[in-house]
Amino acid sequence: MNTREKAIEKLIFICAAVSVAAVALITIFIFAQGMPAIQRVGLFRFVFGTTWSPTNGSYGILPLIAGSMAVTLGALVIGIPTGLGCAVFLSEVVTKRQAGFFRSAIELLAGIPSVVYGFFGLAIIVPLVRGLAGAVAPDAGATGLSVLSGAIILAIMILPTIVSISVNSIESVPNAYREASYALGADRRETVTKVILPAARSGIFSSIILGMGRAIGETMAVLLITGNVAVVPHSIFAPTATMTGTIAMEMSYAAPDHQQALFAIGIVLFVIIVILNGFAQVVMRRFGGAAA
Amino acid sequence: MKPEIRKKAVRGLAAVMIMTVAAVGFAGCGSGSASSGSSGSSGGNADVVIAGSTSVQPLSEALAKTYMKDHSGVDIEVQGGGSGQAVKSLKSNIATIGALSRDLDDSEKSSVSKTYTIAKDGVAVIVNSNVNVDDLTLAQLQKIYTGKITNWSKVGGDDAKIAVVSREEGSGTREAFTTKTGVLANDKDNTTKDAIVQSSTGAVNKTVKSTPNSIGYVSLASVSSDVKTVKVEGVSPSESTVLDGTYKIQRPFLYAVTDKANSATRAFIKYVMSDAGQKQVKKNGFIPVNKTEQ
Repeated sequence: MNTREKAIEKLIFICAAVSVAAVALITIFIFAQGMPAIQRVGLFRFVFGTTWSPTNGSYGILPLIAGSMAVTLGALVIGIPTGLGCAVFLSEVVTKRQAGFFRSAIELLAGIPSVVYGFFGLAIIVPLVRGLAGAVAPDAGATGLSVLSGAIILAIMILPTIVSISVNSIESVPNAYREASYALGADRRETVTKVILPAARSGIFSSIILGMGRAIGETMAVLLITGNVAVVPHSIFAPTATMTGTIAMEMSYAAPDHQQALFAIGIVLFVIIVILNGFAQVVMRRFGGAAA
Repeated sequence: MKPEIRKKAVRGLAAVMIMTVAAVGFAGCGSGSASSGSSGSSGGNADVVIAGSTSVQPLSEALAKTYMKDHSGVDIEVQGGGSGQAVKSLKSNIATIGALSRDLDDSEKSSVSKTYTIAKDGVAVIVNSNVNVDDLTLAQLQKIYTGKITNWSKVGGDDAKIAVVSREEGSGTREAFTTKTGVLANDKDNTTKDAIVQSSTGAVNKTVKSTPNSIGYVSLASVSSDVKTVKVEGVSPSESTVLDGTYKIQRPFLYAVTDKANSATRAFIKYVMSDAGQKQVKKNGFIPVNKTEQ
């Protein structure tokens, strides 16, 4: 019995070690591959340069950072209210049984490959956005391949993350809280907004941060529907290019200098995500409630 | 009964997997030791190494695959790198065949002893079906893609803004298009910054199909049926107009070799130029150059 436990302990340790080693190896690899490009171009000119045109020797990724930020922000603006509303609906309004149906439908969304989202976006969302742009801002973008299209698709893609984690944390709010709230004469809306959501905020925050991580890292879908124009977008109807999309698109036949620059984009992305995660942990530690 | 069958199936599957792993392992060892023993053949442990243009790469891979099926002793490795790497790889003995999707330039000619045109490819200019322009000149295409012409009315169409769709930097199709139209001049790609960029033939087709007033370019082999193909300088792209040279936006696929080429390389090229090889060229959507095959 004792030896068996020890063996299992060792096995789990190896598993943990493998994942840590994987993170370390990836980090070392990206930095080793990308650092030369940053050194050659100069960190400031690389991050704040406004022209990305590798075949002409210009490596400025500000338009790409702006593009990633714009679609991610857009996805959060659309996705957070939708996701939270959905989570409250599932955990507070309908019965467990009905919620089960909705939840499995939403979780199915998580299983759809992102290239399918991309083609769906290209066939459905892009023409809709083109129509909208034509009506609202005729000069901004004629194609519909835009920040808004990317944001809408990403919002759909991060819904499962936001909904399922939020539902779990809302459901783990003790029933006594609800009963106490009703007993004090609060109605349902007040109970949800003033008692339950604040109590579940830690889980809700982590769902948003995870969703954001997914949005900023998503590649294939945004590649197909944002138009990949490396210019800082001036409108939500303007096309844009993201960091991940550019890496995926240009990696396959990049010349050595160009390839290093793409890895350098990977470094920037890596740093952004590390900062994001750090920020998330601080937020969660500060606001972390009892629940979840 | 049924669970037993399943059990057997699982056991069989497991056995197959173990055998595959073992075989791959042994094959790895085998080829490793063989390569250290073999002499003269350049480029690691393969008999034939093809390096260069990424546009030729899928065709080379398909040709190598069918060739290796019939010649089990031969090992062919296909690498990318771009046309610029083709002659460099030949010179540094990394490759036995340099693959190019353009003609050799003068500096490259001296280091190559023979080139074979294995196939040709045309780049078709496509527009959305609402565009009522049927014919564009190379000069007009250059102006459209460099952003000097932005309205269809300037080239005989309706008064509508042109939505320019391009391929990504580094794409072989983009290289061929920009070179032949003069968008790429003095080694500088002047494609307009307002151009939508799509990273695959399929995505360009789909974007042009669904975006009114758009223009794009794709390999002739992959023009989809729901977009309109325009004539260039009065010639519509087809196998025959590419072969006789009247359709201008086209490129040759070349294999370049040095006089040091080993016998396996020579035999492979002989196969590529044969009827069987050219049939593969056609099957992959490119234009065969061997007239007897058509």
